[in-house]
Amino acid sequence: MFLANPSALARGGILGMNKRNIDYIGRYNPRKFYKRVDDKLTTKQLALANDIAVPDLIGTVTEQHEIGEIPAMVNDKDGFVIKPSKGSGGKGILVVTKVENGRYYKPNGQEVTPSEVYRHVSNVLSGLFSLGGNPDVAIVEGLIQFDPVFDGYSYEGVPDIRLIVFKGFPIMGMIRLSTAASDGKANLHQGAVGVGVDIATGKGLHAVQFDTPIDLHPDTQKELTAIQVPQWDTLLHTASKAYEMSELGYLGTDMVLDKYKGPLLLELNARPGLAIQIANGRGILGNLRHVEQMKHHNMSVEERVAYSKIHFSANS
Amino acid sequence: MHSRKPFYILVALLFIAGISASIYRGIEHSVPFLPGKQVQSWAVDAKVSFQGTMEPAEVSFSLPEDPAYEILVENATSPGYGLTITNNKVDRRAIWSIRSATGRQDLYYKVTLIPTGQTQLLTDVEPEAPTPYMWPATESAAAAQAAEEVWAKSATNLSFAQQLNKDLNAEERSQNIELLLAGNSPSKLFIRMLHSKGIPAQEVSGLFLEDQRRRQQLSTFVEVYNDGEWHLFNPANGTQGRPDDLLLWDRSGKSVLDVIGGVNSQVNFSMLQDTRSALATAIDVMKNDNALDFSLYQLPLEEQSLFKGILLIPIGVLMVVFLRVLIGIKTSGTFMPVLIALAFIQTTLFTGLIGFLLIVAFGLMIRSYLSELNLLLISRISAVIIVVIGIIGLFTLLSYKFGLSEGLTITFFPMIILAWTIERMSILWEEEGAKEVVIQGGGSLFVATLAYLAMSATWVQHWVFNFLGIHLVILALVLLMGQYTGYRLLELKRFKPLAGE
Repeated sequence: MFLANPSALARGGILGMNKRNIDYIGRYNPRKFYKRVDDKLTTKQLALANDIAVPDLIGTVTEQHEIGEIPAMVNDKDGFVIKPSKGSGGKGILVVTKVENGRYYKPNGQEVTPSEVYRHVSNVLSGLFSLGGNPDVAIVEGLIQFDPVFDGYSYEGVPDIRLIVFKGFPIMGMIRLSTAASDGKANLHQGAVGVGVDIATGKGLHAVQFDTPIDLHPDTQKELTAIQVPQWDTLLHTASKAYEMSELGYLGTDMVLDKYKGPLLLELNARPGLAIQIANGRGILGNLRHVEQMKHHNMSVEERVAYSKIHFSANS
Repeated sequence: MHSRKPFYILVALLFIAGISASIYRGIEHSVPFLPGKQVQSWAVDAKVSFQGTMEPAEVSFSLPEDPAYEILVENATSPGYGLTITNNKVDRRAIWSIRSATGRQDLYYKVTLIPTGQTQLLTDVEPEAPTPYMWPATESAAAAQAAEEVWAKSATNLSFAQQLNKDLNAEERSQNIELLLAGNSPSKLFIRMLHSKGIPAQEVSGLFLEDQRRRQQLSTFVEVYNDGEWHLFNPANGTQGRPDDLLLWDRSGKSVLDVIGGVNSQVNFSMLQDTRSALATAIDVMKNDNALDFSLYQLPLEEQSLFKGILLIPIGVLMVVFLRVLIGIKTSGTFMPVLIALAFIQTTLFTGLIGFLLIVAFGLMIRSYLSELNLLLISRISAVIIVVIGIIGLFTLLSYKFGLSEGLTITFFPMIILAWTIERMSILWEEEGAKEVVIQGGGSLFVATLAYLAMSATWVQHWVFNFLGIHLVILALVLLMGQYTGYRLLELKRFKPLAGE
């Protein structure tokens, strides 16, 4: 059969888009807190106030006439990232990994001319990448020196770790690895590999590309399920803490591992996608219902992480 | 979590209100449920003529009153005459009057009638008991005896009339009946005998409708009251019931035509059958009944046609909600497909698709040049809008030169939407490649095409404009789909690997 039987999906606890929108996002994410996650600059400031590590902020550009200040900002940096503050789905992110004599190079070695950088920032300010086309702010961030532990697992890009946090409990996780097909990007729909990881241990469980299960990384041929995310407990704590900070019940956290600074919070998502279920090879609904049945709890971040490790592990 | 009950009650109420408003429209106002439906109408001309006697003349002419036919238009022509139409409880009459009438006078009354399908003659007013006819001494015994014979064989007023009608037309009539028929016409005899038993009955005049007939006369029937309904009999030939093509002209029991101050008066009828649109007829009837007070039909035609377009949008929106929530198709720009579909309605589908692809393709080419110029987004999009207008102008001119009239409709595309589409596609192209452009653009065009097919169906257009209640049903459906938490169709494919092996 070409299509899955809906009752089989329901038995497997697979969360669908409509149920996600109505029963989880609609019910647990109050509209007024959205700007805490939709505006990355706000997220960054909140994170700093809550002692959560984030990538360096080199500067921001809010007006068209300030665009010319960018070369001076990045002059002494190894590389930098320009992203729209209100962008979504990884749109409008420009990564420069090498700055050499005022010339900029992308991760694949291609040169980016200053005028291309200016145009990109101008587009960002005009709201081309923001939700609803509203005027936006461009954030210039320091480059992440990504941890070599993932060498061989990712092609050209930074692997990022996505955790779904429900009412403060991390309940499902995956790591997203870029591939040649995804052009160094970590978005699953563009061809990045998603590896579901065990909440208890941070060990790889199951991997997919283009929603189809795979075993080996398509570019490096490394075994994907053998992956072990380091500093897993710190990642869980950071994610769990994001709940208090954002006050959003159903939350997606995106983090990266920096070689020197450890886990850094990249962004939060009030409408995290459902591909994480495919990467994990199982539905998320069981864990969501488990947390929903607990009603009121007064657990601290540590208690919640400990609870999650016991109850939401793939082996439990 | 608060109760969903009020919500479902609201949805049910909207649904019921919408459906019943539509059914009421269809049945009470005879608005046809299907477009293009035709109804037969009859144009009947009555010509009253008489010889004037150089004296004041007054002509009283009974006008048709039949529940089986509704009067759409009526008018009377009578140069030099004063005319009043009286409408009392018993009948409607036209009264022509003139101070002095000399020589032959012709007065005309024209009426357009449409069948209502209500062929029974129902009444909720019980007629008064008739006063028995005083028979001449020679007939009195025969009448009493004949009536008793029939009475004995009948059970109700109706069966009495049936039996009597049969006896009056029997092959071998009894001597009593033969005697009575010698002095009375069959219909008079029929009525008098019914009256002698206290059964209300009266003479009525009817006109047989037949296409393209001229110089027709009224025929006499008798109606007999039984249990809230009048039954028609024709004692002259013994038939009972109402012929299909009969129009009852006068049911007052009085004369059809009275002329004071004239001689040799007579009335002739001619008639024509016509077919007309059932919808136009229903609207005309509503106009006559002053039922148009709060309705789109009373708007000027231009506004009406505008509303016909606007009222299609809920259908397009319903399609988009369905395709996104239940099927899971992604479109670029939530309701852009609806706007494209509206343009398709003006251009027709094929021309629309070709035009859309041409404009977007040319627009992308121009846009790739603009992107070299490093412009601000707003001015770049503004430039694209102007260029799109230029492209549309060029295509229109070219298709005019080549005599392709379809190409001229390209101007119906919403230009600002097109410019945004070109800009989005162009960025998409730069960021994710041509493949994604084709997928997203194709998805939008697919949804637009489906929305167009739904919106261009003639019966859909008929319903959304003539049965406004249907919009409440659409609202109910949209609200219901907004509550759907099940899987989308495409998710069944997407999550296929997760459906337990």
